[in-house]
Amino acid sequence: MAKLSYLKALSRALNDEMARDEHVCVLGEDIGVAVNNVTTGLLAKYGPQRVVDTPLSEQAFTSFATGAALAGKRPVIEFQIPSLLFLVFEQIANQAHKFSLMTGGQAKVPVTYFVPGSGSRSGWAGQHSDHPYGLFAHVGVKTVVPATPEDAYGLFLSAIRDDDPVVLFAPAQALGVRADVDIAALDAVPLGVGRVHREGTDVTVVAVGHLVQDALAVAEQLADQISVEVFDPRTLYPFDWAGLAASVHKTGRLVVIDDSNRMCGIAGEILATAAEEMRLTVPPKRVTRPDGAVLPFARELDLAVQPHADQLLTAIQEVYKSSPR
Amino acid sequence: MTDESMYRTMRLIRRFEERSIELVHSGHIVGGIHPYIGQEAIAAGVCAALRGDDIITSTHRGHGHVLAKGADPVRMLAELTGRATGLNQGRGGSMHAADFSKGIYGANGIVGAGGAIAAGAAWAHRNDGSDRVTVSFFGDGAVNQGVLLEAFNLAALWRLPVLFVCENNGYATTLTVAQAVAGSITARAEAFGIPSVSVDGTDARAVYDAAREAVERGRAGGGPSFIECTAYRFDAHHTWEHKARVRYRSDDEVAAGRSRDPLDVLDLPADVRGAIDAEIEALLAEAVAFALDSPAPDPAGALDHLYATGLRTRDGIGLLDSAVR
Repeated sequence: MAKLSYLKALSRALNDEMARDEHVCVLGEDIGVAVNNVTTGLLAKYGPQRVVDTPLSEQAFTSFATGAALAGKRPVIEFQIPSLLFLVFEQIANQAHKFSLMTGGQAKVPVTYFVPGSGSRSGWAGQHSDHPYGLFAHVGVKTVVPATPEDAYGLFLSAIRDDDPVVLFAPAQALGVRADVDIAALDAVPLGVGRVHREGTDVTVVAVGHLVQDALAVAEQLADQISVEVFDPRTLYPFDWAGLAASVHKTGRLVVIDDSNRMCGIAGEILATAAEEMRLTVPPKRVTRPDGAVLPFARELDLAVQPHADQLLTAIQEVYKSSPR
Repeated sequence: MTDESMYRTMRLIRRFEERSIELVHSGHIVGGIHPYIGQEAIAAGVCAALRGDDIITSTHRGHGHVLAKGADPVRMLAELTGRATGLNQGRGGSMHAADFSKGIYGANGIVGAGGAIAAGAAWAHRNDGSDRVTVSFFGDGAVNQGVLLEAFNLAALWRLPVLFVCENNGYATTLTVAQAVAGSITARAEAFGIPSVSVDGTDARAVYDAAREAVERGRAGGGPSFIECTAYRFDAHHTWEHKARVRYRSDDEVAAGRSRDPLDVLDLPADVRGAIDAEIEALLAEAVAFALDSPAPDPAGALDHLYATGLRTRDGIGLLDSAVR
């Protein structure tokens, strides 16, 4: 076993996939020198035809990747900050995503939009701290948020190999996570399949991305009072509803923690689906950023807006104690 | 390139458009179309300079480009009438008609969106060692879209085999070029070092000559070119315009614009014209009959082809349930 960091896992996945498939190429700003440390060494290894440092032209290079994909390439775009996805929403949601249906299945657009450093990086303030995965899940673009190094590796591989556009969010606060993994056993993780990180019988906690680590810590903290099951969807779209149902049918209680805005967020969707289709014995709860939040600069304010482990702990206790309806 | 073949293409486009307008008025084409009448020489001239395996991206006013590049008019009309036998199996309609087997990467409903897609396709084919050229058609309205200017930069910077064709028909919907464009249209491209020329877009021979030079330059590794083709849109922006009762062009102006008809510019003997006209008439009679006889798509397949991988989405409120319709 070796220690593997989440960031190194992403880098390894991209490297392995470029070695395996000559059609895989990577585009983005500052990727030649690997400012985010994911594309380290790729330019020297694969050359400027496959590792393309782009001008600051997000809208053009995003649709450029669509054109390249229509012509047979499998581009990966690295976005240096998550908010750039707002700038290219047209190019992803309205162009790349719609080509397959609008052409009656003539076209496929296998582009991966990859955001290493999504969500809050302390001190980056309002325009660099969003976590807009819910927008993509809403329009139906395949949306992936890995929580662990081995999942970061495996899901990145699957995203690149997928024949549709896929957005992969690597939360800033997960990049430093390290795990003991058998490097030789690393493999693709299918999209749309969740993962139970810890089994429990009293409350199901759905945690997205880096919050899986928080959820596991809280579950451990509560271990002598409440048996908490931690479910990581890994892919937000398509969502593993069957996996979640299996967990909820066991526990009957549900709490969701998600680092995006509350209104129309993914946590609301999970609660709604559970309420419609699963056997909840008590009302569920969610821990999220506030409605319509914009992350303020000062550390204290930034932290005040993000969902926290202590809020999760309280929510689990409340759900556990609440009366069956 | 013979005048006969150029005339045949223009006549096909003209009669296709006229028959389509009739089908809009009879209710067989739902939603309407953006007529290309008056601009036929541009599609005919440019596409005559292309090989079968060259690529085009088109616009919301795209029938002419798609037909000139070789799409089957019979299946194209079936697409406009929303039939299962259409080019896109009824999933695209007028604004998204595509035929990837003919290098037609689709009409596009967003003004200026095709430029960057074309650049990406050109890049991919060139990197594969092909000498294919990609043409991006767009209107005068598109030259104010930032993403198109970003695409000019990428194409010029990387010397991509792209031909940018601006169809200046005088209006972006109802806004005149004089009201919309600061500076000149060709200067947009010249600013990026792209060789540019302005030609009479009602003269198919002049368009062809300019396009041939540009295509040869692109094929030989000389990078992108830009051609502005001036023409006049004979009809409304869209077939619903008469219902809106908008007035933005005087009768005198329209009469003057229509007085120079691209189909009359080529000097062909009357018997040659007559033979071609009869041939086109028969072809369109067949197309109309085929379209109207073709089955509508099965509602149960409304979301078929949404994903290239075949992923099925969850049902909404009975969308796919025939009982609710």
